[in-house]
Amino acid sequence: MSFKSLSLTAVLALGATVAQAEEVRVYNWSDYIDEELLAKFEEETGIDLIYDVFDSNEVLETKMLAGGSGYDVVVPSGTFLQRQISAGAFQKLDMSKLPNHKNVWDVVEKRTAQYDPDNAYSINYMWGTTGIGVNVGKVQERLGEDAPIDSWALVFDPANMEKLADCGVHFLDAPAEMIPAALKYIGENPDSQDPDVIAKAEAVYMAVRPYIQKFHSSEYINGLANGDICVAVGWSGDVLQARDRAAEADNGVEIAYHAPKEGAQMWFDQMAIPVDAPNPDAAHKFLNFILDAQNMAAASNYVYYANGNKASQEFLVEDVIGDPAIYPDAATLENLFTTRPYPAKVQRVVTRLWTKIKSGT
Amino acid sequence: MRRFLLIAVPYTWLLALFLAPFVIVFKISLSDIALAIPPYTPTLDLGAGWEGIKTFFSGLDFENFVWLTQDDLYWKAYLSSLKIAVISTAFTLMIGYPIAYGLARSPEEWRPTLMMLIILPFWTSFLIRVYSWMGILSQEGFLNQFLLWTGLINEPLIILNTSIAVYIGIVYTYLPFMILPIYATLDRLDESLIEAAEDLGCSRLSAFWLITVPLSKNGIAAGSFLVFIPALGEFVIPSLLGGSRTLMIGKVLWEEFFSNRDWPVAGAVAIVLLLILVIPIVLFQRNQQKQAEAEQ
Repeated sequence: MSFKSLSLTAVLALGATVAQAEEVRVYNWSDYIDEELLAKFEEETGIDLIYDVFDSNEVLETKMLAGGSGYDVVVPSGTFLQRQISAGAFQKLDMSKLPNHKNVWDVVEKRTAQYDPDNAYSINYMWGTTGIGVNVGKVQERLGEDAPIDSWALVFDPANMEKLADCGVHFLDAPAEMIPAALKYIGENPDSQDPDVIAKAEAVYMAVRPYIQKFHSSEYINGLANGDICVAVGWSGDVLQARDRAAEADNGVEIAYHAPKEGAQMWFDQMAIPVDAPNPDAAHKFLNFILDAQNMAAASNYVYYANGNKASQEFLVEDVIGDPAIYPDAATLENLFTTRPYPAKVQRVVTRLWTKIKSGT
Repeated sequence: MRRFLLIAVPYTWLLALFLAPFVIVFKISLSDIALAIPPYTPTLDLGAGWEGIKTFFSGLDFENFVWLTQDDLYWKAYLSSLKIAVISTAFTLMIGYPIAYGLARSPEEWRPTLMMLIILPFWTSFLIRVYSWMGILSQEGFLNQFLLWTGLINEPLIILNTSIAVYIGIVYTYLPFMILPIYATLDRLDESLIEAAEDLGCSRLSAFWLITVPLSKNGIAAGSFLVFIPALGEFVIPSLLGGSRTLMIGKVLWEEFFSNRDWPVAGAVAIVLLLILVIPIVLFQRNQQKQAEAEQ
């Protein structure tokens, strides 16, 4: 092949990519962004944004480990991020393309560094706690005015659960968060990776198992909002979204969220760029867009989750920045714990235990 | 040559769509879990030449199949799936047969319309139809509202998130697969045989049992397999309609794959499931062959 025809092919190939509009594919959690932001991104950058959603870290992780997911930006939680980094699933961020990175909040960055050393691969999107959402009216009707809605005892003490069973109790289908919660309730180290300690969670669950209606990680948002269920162990912002939807529907349902006083898990959802992202350049543009103080504030104002962006705080509405369920005070923050990813052998023990708890087998 | 080409078509089909995926899954089932992309080892490194191929094969073993026998979860899940598949196939047959029979006995000019009505649900996405069952069966759903209104019950029934909802979902979804093959055999049934039976003193009911049912058994077999086989490995219906207690092998497979990230064990579970399915498929094939021979 002559040099001329070679360069002609190159020009043709280049022409083809230019003619095709630039795309960025983002894979984020469901119900996790103000959709107006997506339109705003397209408008500002001229890049087509393809936005898909998932509702479990496991689904995302399997796509990452299979490789060739086709996504440019994905949002795993801390422990999952750490494991995927060691599997070589992500590329290091190019900080020169992220001028808005100056906005990050060091308090959060310090904690996310345990999953992503130096925060080299990811930025924090949002963070929150795993706690308990209740339909206040229905719970007090059954357990009295002083129902322990701010304690793990509400869902792990069979005496309480027995009375709540008929109005519906949902648990997250996320063993990496539910097992630590049960361990915390019985005074064990929630971050334990010792199979013998983990096994102690089984007794806690078996005692209340008959009263749990479903293990699911997203249905409880609608369930709580419609009044179909009255207690859900869930993620802070999701419960608060349910609270908001119920208030909007004006259906007499009052939802409250508490990070249990015994201690609740703090988790971080981190945006990262897969190693084989088709368009890492556009991915950086998207991250930079998210790191913008006003954009990040708009997202938090919409989904009721705290973010890792210090500069965004002045744009947050009082409902968000002033709510201790979202931005906990120093004392509560002290009481929150984080966990490390389970090694493969321990993971198998955890999954098996969780299957046993869910199915009774 | 022409004959060879003719045979080549189905064999290429079999090779590309069954044998090749089977070999890939079988290979994964012999591998070991690893934290990498893809999450198992060994992977074939042809660049290393003969040495690479040798290390590749020495890294394979049957340890994952041994593992399946060590935890009671797996055989319990297989058994429970078998039970659900058998029961829902029986219900589908009980509901599907009368419908097919009615269809075959209906006036000629109605049949295209009736047939259309049976196929019509396929025009809506399967997922949406299963979701709408959630709306029907939930505690605040249409069914409970209706039953409360008629006064048959005082408390809403808990159906959604139980095995009963799974049975309803499977029977509903696969009913057309039962009706169509049975209808096909009943449609071809020679009416004069029944008249003859009645002339010879058979009651209508015994003529049905002695003539119609035996002559439609090929349709019954075909319909039952078409329901049983997908029901056994069903994942979507139990995960949407079933509760956490509904143990099915499809869900166990999902968990091996997604929660444990253990593709090798997931591969082994899939291979065993396939072996369980091959038995009825072979029986079905043989049945078909016999039928073909009988017709010749």
